[in-house]
Amino acid sequence: MEPRRPPRTVSDPKVRQVGFVTPAAAPPARTVSDTAAMPAAGASQELPLSGSSLSPVMIPPPRHDGLSARVTAPVPVPIAATALRLDNLQIRVGSYNQSEVLLGTPPMTSPSSRVEDAVSEFSDDVSASSLYGRTEPDKVGTAFPGRSGDLMPAKSVVAGGSIGGSHTPENPPTTSLVVKTLPGITEKKRGMLEKQHDEAAAPKPLKEKTTKAERRALQEAQRAAKSAAKEGGGADPTNTKKDKVVKPTPQKKDVPEVAASSGKKVDRPLEKERKKEVLPLRMQFDDKHKVEKVKQRAIVNQREAKSRVEFFQRLPQYVHGTQLQELEAKFFQLDAVHPSVYKVGLHHLSGKITGGNARCIAMLLAFKEAIKDYSTPPEKALVRDLNAKISGFVSFLIECRPLSISMGNAIKFLKNRIAKLPLSMSELDAKASIQSDIDRFINQKIIIADKVIVRHAFAKIRDGDVLLTYGLSSVVEMILVYAHEHKKKFRIVIVDSRPKHEGQILLRRLVAKGLNCTYTHINAISYIMHEVTRVFLGAASVLSNGTVYSRVGTACVAMVAKAYRVPVLICCEAYKFHERVQLDSICFNELGDPDAILKVPTHVESYLYGCMDNDNLQLLNLNYDATPSDYVSMIITDYGMLPPTSVPVIMREYDPQNLWI
Amino acid sequence: MTRMDFEVVVLAGGASSNLSPLVSQELPKALLPVANRPVLSYVLELLEGSNLKDLIVVVEGEDAAQLVGGWISGAYADRLHVEVAAVPEGVGTAGALRSISSYLTANDVLIVSGDLVTDVPPGAIAATHRRHGAVVTTLLCSSPVSGPSDSGTSGGKEKAKKPVRHNIIGLDPTRQYLLHMATGAEVEKDIRLQKRILQAVGQMEIRADLMDAHLYAFKRTVLQDILDQKDKFQSIRQDILPYLIRTQLSSEVSRNGLVSSESGSNKSAVQDDLRWLSQHREIAPSTFQDSQPLSLKSQRDDQRSHKCCVYIANESKYCARLNSIQAFSDINRDVIGEASHLSGYSFSAQNNIIHPSAELGSKTTVGPQCMLAEGSKLGDKCSVKRSVIGRHCRIGSNVKIVNSVVMNHVTIDDGCSIQGSVICSNVQLQERVVLKDCQVGAGYIVTSGSEHKSESLARK
Repeated sequence: MEPRRPPRTVSDPKVRQVGFVTPAAAPPARTVSDTAAMPAAGASQELPLSGSSLSPVMIPPPRHDGLSARVTAPVPVPIAATALRLDNLQIRVGSYNQSEVLLGTPPMTSPSSRVEDAVSEFSDDVSASSLYGRTEPDKVGTAFPGRSGDLMPAKSVVAGGSIGGSHTPENPPTTSLVVKTLPGITEKKRGMLEKQHDEAAAPKPLKEKTTKAERRALQEAQRAAKSAAKEGGGADPTNTKKDKVVKPTPQKKDVPEVAASSGKKVDRPLEKERKKEVLPLRMQFDDKHKVEKVKQRAIVNQREAKSRVEFFQRLPQYVHGTQLQELEAKFFQLDAVHPSVYKVGLHHLSGKITGGNARCIAMLLAFKEAIKDYSTPPEKALVRDLNAKISGFVSFLIECRPLSISMGNAIKFLKNRIAKLPLSMSELDAKASIQSDIDRFINQKIIIADKVIVRHAFAKIRDGDVLLTYGLSSVVEMILVYAHEHKKKFRIVIVDSRPKHEGQILLRRLVAKGLNCTYTHINAISYIMHEVTRVFLGAASVLSNGTVYSRVGTACVAMVAKAYRVPVLICCEAYKFHERVQLDSICFNELGDPDAILKVPTHVESYLYGCMDNDNLQLLNLNYDATPSDYVSMIITDYGMLPPTSVPVIMREYDPQNLWI
Repeated sequence: MTRMDFEVVVLAGGASSNLSPLVSQELPKALLPVANRPVLSYVLELLEGSNLKDLIVVVEGEDAAQLVGGWISGAYADRLHVEVAAVPEGVGTAGALRSISSYLTANDVLIVSGDLVTDVPPGAIAATHRRHGAVVTTLLCSSPVSGPSDSGTSGGKEKAKKPVRHNIIGLDPTRQYLLHMATGAEVEKDIRLQKRILQAVGQMEIRADLMDAHLYAFKRTVLQDILDQKDKFQSIRQDILPYLIRTQLSSEVSRNGLVSSESGSNKSAVQDDLRWLSQHREIAPSTFQDSQPLSLKSQRDDQRSHKCCVYIANESKYCARLNSIQAFSDINRDVIGEASHLSGYSFSAQNNIIHPSAELGSKTTVGPQCMLAEGSKLGDKCSVKRSVIGRHCRIGSNVKIVNSVVMNHVTIDDGCSIQGSVICSNVQLQERVVLKDCQVGAGYIVTSGSEHKSESLARK
């Protein structure tokens, strides 16, 4: 690993040290040549800080007996790997251009004409992911799932290995195997891969025991083969050949979700399956027929805003302020909605409860109330009726405000739990069991998760740091307060933005607690970033390509931080992870009140007063944006600190659906 | 089963003194006809329209209760489930509530005055109440323009001069919280504001153009506690509401309520975390919550405050209370005039309602915004403008009726002129009577040729 570093870094001058070494520890004069010595030093510095019980990179086995289990779980990856891997990561990011060139070529030079098909058949977001995805050569799998179909098995192997430490000399066999099994790979690419392989330390024998993930990967591969066979009776030879290639790779482990979902259909996705995938996605509000249909079902007749920005016409946008009144007026008409759910809906709508965690908790507690008051109607099964009921609640909540991803995940969990209840269970027991499930979810996935994140993040704060945060994130606030209580000496820069001014709430509380704060608006970000040593950001969700979905403006902060070479740490509970892949802020977002951005506090009337009805004027107030994983140094979750590329692993290994038995 | 955890109490009142001579033993206030329908029916239909079908109607006095109960069971037999409760006369609104408070079980109680004529959906108040988790939420509407200002006549000369009973209402800048309320006689005095409340909100908006519509949502536990502890409280508006507003920041009441509601959940660190997380972003528009952390008050203190909220009805909504004779005329005029959707009748092309069984003589004109109920007969050359005429009235020739309310079974002889008056049932007006701004009590006989102006005529 070390030997291959110098040439890389020489090829790109943008290399820098990021591996959580304070400027003092890693003086700016340090050149690439001494990086070889660095990891050890970094690691040794890292160790005492990471606390006696919790290691930042520790990935516990997929048991879920609560915090204690996690704490005492054996550490599969050497602790020193943090420093190592993060260094690597940055360096590879530096080699962006080079690898881009390399990777851009395969589709063109590939002998198989089918590649083009694959490219065209993949939905836009997947194929386009290459533009945004991380471009380290051995993370290709995650970043380029759709670019060249032939590379798929290889990629998944490589990408999957990343979390287990594919860069560390632990499992090079996978890499070598990949190289051999690739039929359509270009010479260039092969050379590169081989080089990597050679560079890696001496190979160890293959693991004999198949892990759960391996078995699953195998199963998936078989399934893919089957579907391929079914699809093309007269499948072209490349296809069948391909299947054969896929099958005999039992080591193809750790297929990330992206690769799995798309990789399954690498060999020409079925029309039917594609449809299945695409259809239930989201309501498209620019489709007039569908909007009509939804309107008929809707509880409240919402007036839609007139002029909408073209790109965002598929998102719901209503005339702000009318919704709440109409919903309130119909208070007594809504039979199906439990009062507590109704209250939560109103709170979401009126903005009294905002923020992923708070909304999710409020919703779950309301559901708990509703379940407490629930009784199965005669001649109906609790499992089905309750699930239908919850669906009704959810559609009401959606009408109040689009669901956050955290809520979506919690609903998925809850419905799954209900569906899995044994039919023979008595109603009382079933209700008690679901209620305790909800409690457990809140407790373990949110409250304890936050505590663990705080501990992890605390290890990254040192005396003399200048920490920057944007907006208002509950976890970040907890981290700052915790660090302050543990006598860390640091300064905080709170960056805020119009129109919500959420940062002021944070500022107010932190100042009251005696923390040293600087408050500025996002316009001044480039100026203030000079002095910052770490950026802590919250997230609404982290998507499986490492994209961070968060309050609008986060991407800007992260980008500036990247330009100034300040590490960006995203704090996000693992329950907010989502398997979706999103490349920009356009395809999925939420529109806020467009009038909110017009209001200027110092002026009673907006500058735009009077031209609001002008057809040429369109206002856009986005609520979220997507931060590409390039700008993220690390994601701190309750399962440890990871590079953004490792998100799929967490999602697979710790999927709550599989975990809660 | 209660809908949305709300129970509804309608306070229908009894024989109100300031409505005499219109109200009598035989005709309690609740049954006063507004556009030939008892005023209570407007409230009941409003509630029915909001899907609230289990109601408790409280009436003062046994006799009145029987009358009201009889009417309700006849008119709403299969539509509403109404329990009529009789309370002794003169106990006041708080007393009336006290006598039925033990029957209340739901989380919140919606209390509606029986003399309210409005189209503001009660659900809106209830939802606002729920949303804020308030102790009390009250409906405020813009004060009605008193007097027949649009009639163009000199009607209500002295009434127009008389200042409208102003309410002084203090709101926070977001107009969601009720901070001060002074009504009637209190307005004459200096306004005293509580320093603590003013400090907590920073800014108070004083409004005199709003009126308390007597539609409240109360938290049941708090209401019951107050009723139990404060025996002397007579009226909701004059005692309970000011008390709650006064004690917003240091309330014994809501603490009791909180204890009872939280007794089930054991307090633990996890609970604290949960609350912290779920209230983390709670940016209540009220500066109440914001100001408290600054003054470094403890969490306990924070809980002790409770909220009094308001729902301010939209300007376009109609909202009026039938609490004076002037209001009675105004409401009658409005219900067949500008707020005609409330009356529930369909208007003819001439913008009036004439029952098919009514008979009109030759050259008789019934103008727009008029109502003529079944069985009434008009002679020749009559003129009716902006008036309501009840059932089975017999009206002779050459009669002018302007801006008036004529109830059932009234006999009006030839050549009478009635302006701006209210004529109750079974009244007989003999020939050439001239009435202007008068009220004629039930069964009274006005002798022929007499002229009255701004008088109240009733049987001794």
